[in-house]
Amino acid sequence: MEYGVNERGYYGQFGGAFIPEMLYPNVEELREKYLSIMAEPEFQQELQELLHDYVGRPTPLYHAKRLSALYNTKIYLKREDLNHTGAHKINNTVGQILLAKRLGKKRIIAETGAGQHGVATATVCALAGLECIVYMGTVDIERQRPNVEKMRLLGATVVPATSGSQTLKDATNEAIRDWINHPEDTHYIIGSVVGPHPYPDMVARFQSVISEEIRKQLLEKEGRELPDYVVACVGGGSNAAGAFYHFLDEPSVNLIAVEAAGLGVDSGHSAATSVLGKTGIIHGSKTLLMQTEDGQITEPYSISAGLDYPGVGPLHAHLAQTGRARFIAITDADAMEALRELSRLEGIIPAIETSHALAALKEIKAGPEEVVVLNLSGRGDKDLNTILTYFEQQDGPK
Amino acid sequence: MAQNRLSRLFQEKSGNLLNIYFTAGYPKLEDTVTILEELEAAGADLVEIGMPFSDPLADGPTIQASNMVALENGMSIKTLLQQLEGVRERVTVPIILMGYLNPVMQYGFERFCEDAARVGVDGLILPDLPFAEYEEEYKPVLEKHGLSLIFLITPQTSEDRIRQIDKLTNSFIYMVSSASTTGSQVQTSDSQKAYFSKVKGLGLKNPLLIGFGISDKPSFEMACLSAHGAIIGSAFIKALQKPQEVRENVRSFLQTLR
Ligand SMILES: Cc1ncc(COP(=O)(O)O)c(C=O)c1O
Repeated sequence: MEYGVNERGYYGQFGGAFIPEMLYPNVEELREKYLSIMAEPEFQQELQELLHDYVGRPTPLYHAKRLSALYNTKIYLKREDLNHTGAHKINNTVGQILLAKRLGKKRIIAETGAGQHGVATATVCALAGLECIVYMGTVDIERQRPNVEKMRLLGATVVPATSGSQTLKDATNEAIRDWINHPEDTHYIIGSVVGPHPYPDMVARFQSVISEEIRKQLLEKEGRELPDYVVACVGGGSNAAGAFYHFLDEPSVNLIAVEAAGLGVDSGHSAATSVLGKTGIIHGSKTLLMQTEDGQITEPYSISAGLDYPGVGPLHAHLAQTGRARFIAITDADAMEALRELSRLEGIIPAIETSHALAALKEIKAGPEEVVVLNLSGRGDKDLNTILTYFEQQDGPK
Repeated sequence: MAQNRLSRLFQEKSGNLLNIYFTAGYPKLEDTVTILEELEAAGADLVEIGMPFSDPLADGPTIQASNMVALENGMSIKTLLQQLEGVRERVTVPIILMGYLNPVMQYGFERFCEDAARVGVDGLILPDLPFAEYEEEYKPVLEKHGLSLIFLITPQTSEDRIRQIDKLTNSFIYMVSSASTTGSQVQTSDSQKAYFSKVKGLGLKNPLLIGFGISDKPSFEMACLSAHGAIIGSAFIKALQKPQEVRENVRSFLQTLR
């Protein structure tokens, strides 16, 4: 596969495992075992059963007629919001928890931004009866309160990350430090296609069920497996990686990756990594990241906690550099408008992350005969506070 | 020649080597060289200068905080190398620069090695630089400029890998005392003693220095029983936070150790 990872853990010039020696044994153990464990028939059977009976897969591919009419094209929404826990994140956590059990780990750690990955991790830990510690930036704890409460209810310990910008990057730092301090009994469930090899590839494989289903469902509905466009938002890049995966080597399929422009790409308050980033190393991976001239990682900004990350997974850096995917940056304001639009047109309240992908429909300008699949990565329940505050400030109090 | 300062040290002195870590530009931007001079005067055998980074993954709270302050003070690799310009006229103690790879990459690795060697740096610790990349890309550049790369080992590092590291390096091996980030307390456990004596018994060609959690005279002396010396970081950073003048803080901390 031209866009797959090579045996050294690279996508083109991006990827690798830039980790201190303290992490080496854990990461190396994973690297040696992840493919063979994932290929075991019993593992696959257990995974498929959980995806079907617990997560609720396959998720529908829904023809959004009113949205299609507005953009004068044919839009399908891949309903990852209907998964148990409300987002695509659980596709990865069910996979990794089964893996962690086979590795004999007793303790699970995770980082979270929007809290969706944290909830998805706390959920599978409850299911597996394993201890769960979730690191979350103090800023995100504030803006994603309901998810914090859910994690606690599920029995997880939520540890505030108080360093730096107190968002996803800092939560990830704290999770990595925890792993350094617990080198034997702990598995780190990373929530996106980021981090040292083999994480980006492993997470992409667990998320690839999204595009596997899209191909089958589209064949049923349209008589063809390949859409003209696949659109997904990109924080670290896991829902996009899953939605793109089985289309990467199909050049007729336009891949659209949507990043958060925050207040505007040039405003100094943005998370549009493909535009603002330069090659560097973040969280053990060589990839595009936002940084100063001196190589200090800068604080990103987005209204959406799940997109508020200064890097992007190495696969996406490669897709951006080769031009295989088109990257579009969407502002807070446009994303929030798209959120309201989908709520009113289709009766679906999307997550703010996902709303960035929806807002990109305007820019894509697909033709009336073309088929667009948009990955509806999550639902907006967790964002209610942010949404209400935002529109109150915009429109005045109701 | 750079390499000679390190190898000369290990020839001249076979035990009780004291290596002190501090963060460049901390507590004040202009303190770097002052601290360096004072450390030599107070009897440090090696000095490790940290190049501050926004996201120091392997560091605990104390060194994280010193990195933040140093960055706020305006420290950068460029400024550090300017500060070290001419320092070899005043100090002879071996100098090791420690830092994460990203700022070094942005400075340009070759240019960094060239400039560091020119001002009299002897070795580098780049904890997140992987083996394979080191061998293929970075080793020739380091060798060209006479810089040693120092590798870390931990209680979880396999014997095979320790031997591989011993082969790859020609200065010393940084033996991380326990599985932890910097600054946590060493607990003298049986498993730690077993780890120390296992590594000591491997007959490695490189000297061993123990670091992480070495904070005072008892822990320094204990480490020196199992290795050629030890590295003190967080405890020294804490000593620099005392209200006295910076030279005074350096001197009184080192007095407590010897
Ligand atoms: C609903 C939703 N979509 C997208 C993302 C962004 O992550 P990724 O780019 O890994 O899919 C998140 C992250 O929290 C999320 O909760």
